[in-house]
Amino acid sequence: MADFWDGYALPTIIILAQILAIMVPLLVAVAYLTLAERKVIAGMQMRTGPAKVGPFGLLQPLADGLKLFGKETILPAGANRLVFIMAPMLTFVLAMVAWAVIPVGDGMVIADINVGILYLFAISSLGVYGIIMAGWASNSKYPFLGALRSAAQMVSYEVSIGFVIITVLLCVGSLNLSDIVNAQKTVWFAIPLLPMFVVFFISALAETNRAPFDLPEGESELVAGYFVEYSSMSFALFFLGEYANMILMSAMTTILFLGGWLPPFDIAPLNWIPGPIWFALKIALVLFLFLWVRATFPRYRYDQLMRLGWKVFLPLSLVWVILTAGVLVAFDWLPA
Amino acid sequence: MEALLKEYLPILIFIGVAVGLSLAMVIGSYLVAPQRPDSEKLSAYECGFEAFDDARSQFDVRFYLVAILFIIFDLEVAFLFPWAITLGDIGMFGFWSMVVFLGILTIGFVYEWKKGALEWE
Amino acid sequence: MVIQALIFYLFASITVASGVMVIASRNPVHSVLYLILAFFNAAGLFVLIGAEFLAMILVVVYVGAVAVLFLFVVMMLDINFVQLREGFLQYLPIGGLIGLILLVELGLVFGTWVLAADVAQIAALPIPAVDQVTNTEAIGRVMYTKYVYLFQASGLVLLVAMIGAIVLTLRQREGVRKQSIAVQNARRREDVVATVKVPTGGGV
Repeated sequence: MADFWDGYALPTIIILAQILAIMVPLLVAVAYLTLAERKVIAGMQMRTGPAKVGPFGLLQPLADGLKLFGKETILPAGANRLVFIMAPMLTFVLAMVAWAVIPVGDGMVIADINVGILYLFAISSLGVYGIIMAGWASNSKYPFLGALRSAAQMVSYEVSIGFVIITVLLCVGSLNLSDIVNAQKTVWFAIPLLPMFVVFFISALAETNRAPFDLPEGESELVAGYFVEYSSMSFALFFLGEYANMILMSAMTTILFLGGWLPPFDIAPLNWIPGPIWFALKIALVLFLFLWVRATFPRYRYDQLMRLGWKVFLPLSLVWVILTAGVLVAFDWLPA
Repeated sequence: MEALLKEYLPILIFIGVAVGLSLAMVIGSYLVAPQRPDSEKLSAYECGFEAFDDARSQFDVRFYLVAILFIIFDLEVAFLFPWAITLGDIGMFGFWSMVVFLGILTIGFVYEWKKGALEWE
Repeated sequence: MVIQALIFYLFASITVASGVMVIASRNPVHSVLYLILAFFNAAGLFVLIGAEFLAMILVVVYVGAVAVLFLFVVMMLDINFVQLREGFLQYLPIGGLIGLILLVELGLVFGTWVLAADVAQIAALPIPAVDQVTNTEAIGRVMYTKYVYLFQASGLVLLVAMIGAIVLTLRQREGVRKQSIAVQNARRREDVVATVKVPTGGGV
């Protein structure tokens, strides 16, 4: 009995506690990201934004969630029911499980696997399934068109994200996410690899279907894209998944380019603040950029979007991979 | 080996927890909220019209082309991962080996570009 | 160790079951979804034998890219699958033959393994222990130097695939107006705008 307790039950409980310690703040952050988005955009357009539910509208996300929970779940007549229900769940689950490998502080990570960045790359390449499945299962024209657009857009930008990750890995020499952060102790990669940082950020916008690349949702032409037919909690799961993906992409940007949990300078008042707080602050900064971009830029046209992905970012990031590798090899700066 | 697998166990549990949570949310709402379906509610949304025909129709072959090109570049990236982290060990030869590999694929890329396969019409 | 075995049987049985469902399910989209499930569990099995790099690459390449294409094809191509199924028996001999050949090949592979267990070791480099070198590094150290010809050959295969895809699928549509950014940027005010003095009542 004691063997069972120490060997299996206790580690499982610890793991479950760790998972909850990541998941609960993440879900709260997702809820408040929706509020922050409305507030930030409202501020940029000289409006107040939601202000009625609770002080400064702070209870608005809760109200939204409860409202969606109380709505009828609609399964369209022509839909493929199983796939229709599975699609939002898949989106949500993928957005959650990616967090298993994210180091929020020094040594504070649930699963410290050797191939962490590859795991994240794999998870983000699966995001396209939720969308294709939703578009197909709805058996309706708008979701179908939205899903097609979205799939082609996501795969196009996936490639440049891959090359950008390679450039960072060249400077690190490991696929482990904690190693990637620790390699930035002297200088954050955003400085030497600035062009790649910009490419990564813009590709992240396209990966998460955010403005100005929100063509799959294009309200004015496709109503809401692939989730037109969704209602109630299955709609909410898509929503949660999408915003969790935004936070995930910001976390990836932070880990790859902004030094993860490291303070900007390793000096007295700054390094008193614990790592997770720095990490959260940097994520919040990147998320603010996401919102700022949405409030500022008009939507891209689809041919422009494809041109940017395939004809600008792909060659640019490919050249940077070779350039970085060449410089590192020539000056013998490679990590051992 | 044991240590390696120990790092993967939390991921499995994490998947379980996330699936459980999403199921709970969908089923919970289904049970709590009143369900009164009728044929108008369940019909596909088409701005108020009846749907004219089946939504799953043929579409532009360009989408397939994008998907195929994506597979090829994805494989290229897959080849780059081990190279990027071992470049220190394999040195000059490894570097030039990859340059030749990428050079071959750049020929293909230039061909695509010139043929107009990257253009969206 | 017990958990490891349990997880192995879990993954293995799901892999086999979803493999059966790939050929058994009526809806082709469901087939592809089961195929994806099979890939996933195969990745899980790879992790169990310590090949984490291969597991991730399996997910990135097969699930993230190849299966997306499959899904595109079966979802969107307007094929009448009932009609396709009608000729099923007609293909049975050829299908059976291919299955038999595969079986014989598998038998040969296992046969060599039993008869000459050391053959594999002569051909391959010794595999470093997992706890000293991560297997991504182990692959990286040999693939680009020792196996450079095979590596370049795979580059050529990818080139052929790229060109083949373009030759087969690229169709130029007639009468499409494209945006040429270079032409737009090259336009100068002097070339296109002219100031005309219009006399009163005269018109241009």
